[in-house]
Amino acid sequence: MSKLGPRSFTLLQTVTSVGLSALAWAVTGVRPIWSGSQPSDRQRIYFANHASHGDFILLSACLDEKERARTHAVAAADYWGKSRLRRFIAQDMLSSVLIHRQWTDEAENPIAIMLSVLDKGHSLIIFPEGTRNMTDAPLLPFRSGLYNLSMARPDVELIPCWIENMSRVLPKGQFVPVPLLCRVIFGAPIALAPGEERRAFLDRARQTLLALNPRPQTHDAEKSNPVFRKPSCDHRSLERGARSDIRHDALRDG
Amino acid sequence: MPMHETLILVVGLAAVLTTASLVAGILSWRAPKPLSSTLVNLNQRINAWWVMVVAITVAFFFGRSGMTILFALISFAALREFVTLTHSRRSDHWVLLGMFGIIIPFQYWLVWTAWYGLFTIFIPVYCFLLMPAITALHGDTERFLERVSAQQWAVMISVYCVSHVPALLTLDVPGFEGRNLLLIAFLIITVQGSDVLQYIFGKLFGRHLMSPKVSPSKTWEGLVGGLVTSSLLGALLSFLTPFSPVQAAAVAFIACLMGFLGGLVASAIKRDQGVKDWGHLIEGHGGMMDRADSLVFAAPVFFHTVRYFWT
Repeated sequence: MSKLGPRSFTLLQTVTSVGLSALAWAVTGVRPIWSGSQPSDRQRIYFANHASHGDFILLSACLDEKERARTHAVAAADYWGKSRLRRFIAQDMLSSVLIHRQWTDEAENPIAIMLSVLDKGHSLIIFPEGTRNMTDAPLLPFRSGLYNLSMARPDVELIPCWIENMSRVLPKGQFVPVPLLCRVIFGAPIALAPGEERRAFLDRARQTLLALNPRPQTHDAEKSNPVFRKPSCDHRSLERGARSDIRHDALRDG
Repeated sequence: MPMHETLILVVGLAAVLTTASLVAGILSWRAPKPLSSTLVNLNQRINAWWVMVVAITVAFFFGRSGMTILFALISFAALREFVTLTHSRRSDHWVLLGMFGIIIPFQYWLVWTAWYGLFTIFIPVYCFLLMPAITALHGDTERFLERVSAQQWAVMISVYCVSHVPALLTLDVPGFEGRNLLLIAFLIITVQGSDVLQYIFGKLFGRHLMSPKVSPSKTWEGLVGGLVTSSLLGALLSFLTPFSPVQAAAVAFIACLMGFLGGLVASAIKRDQGVKDWGHLIEGHGGMMDRADSLVFAAPVFFHTVRYFWT
């Protein structure tokens, strides 16, 4: 098992990350829910749903300060590398790893770039949908990166992270966030099974992430069809505790 | 600021909370370990009460500006919890921003400047009409009525109703000049005290559930015991107010009954949305709305009762 390497942040990156985490808390009151995994110093790849620029800020705000200083978000070079200002924000302030979604030159191979970061002992945050999800579907199909990384570095834990509400706080194209409460739900790590096919693994990873959503958007179906009624709606399970709603929904989806 | 009464209040509250902490401490010490969830929750609740009482006391010493800022922040937290629970779409972004960025500051500015005429109609008239108009202009009609209604409810409950607490400072009660802060203290202590007393009477004597479909913890015994004792508490606190002891008991009774109804409505909303608490801001209590739901319903009625009969 590989332990994490030393912290890698510059002063500017540390100040930015502390400032943004405080801001994320003030606006969204963000809380981590560890539901199947725990904070640890193991090297990890956090993979999450993606609908907003705020997603990785929220996710890293949920990590402890040491882990945060070793965790880099993977961002698209064709967006964040477009101008000097964007590149400065992405690399010098947010310490993101920029990769090309369309690449021809072997030096731009995104997997090679991500592996080189992992080999320094750092953790990664990736958004396997490959882009911000603007559809009404809760999660787009996954691209292959997660599978390739898992093949190449089976020791690194893959942690699914469901980011709640961020698409409402800061939708694509908006720059002023609406204050809404957000949670990040960290699920149990998943691993590539021996001989598992690429597509099967990616679908399984996607289903695992979806199952973490504590408030699935089946709102209309729930209201009209009693079969879909959340179990957490009867008062006995409400009494059981604040987190029962999350577990019930995870069970129902799984 | 009326120093004499303030001193009595601070000492009295400290004494009540110290007693509560001592009782909870003894109960926890004698109980089998690990502590039952009820006891853990009781300890968390009492600790949170210490924090809340200190926060309100500090605001109290800053007078009108302190109270206005404190309740603007309470509105912010309550509105955030309310909007989080309701359905919204990407096209609602600017309306939602306006609720936080324009409606809250403007409503509390009206409180601060004591502009009563606009204070009472700004949200129920202007926001009521303009918010759905903005939503319609965006052209997104998907679940339109549901989204618009939820936004109305959110601002009415968490901004309009809550703002009636600091608005008590703007009332001119003859012979009561400069002592309006004590009206806020009277309202908060009786209504929140009624919540606590209903909880205690419910835990000790509760047999008959009042509305099992809405709330598993509200019983007839809790309601009656809580209302009677909090009306007595109101009579006891009449020295803070322009009311006679009998009037104080009657006003406290009305406020606490409204408070009870507020809790019931808040429970119904939570049940409809399938959640147990509004949020997690206050350890042991849940969110801001879990603590403020009774005050939300009591404040406007208390405000207008005082305004009609005493000014």
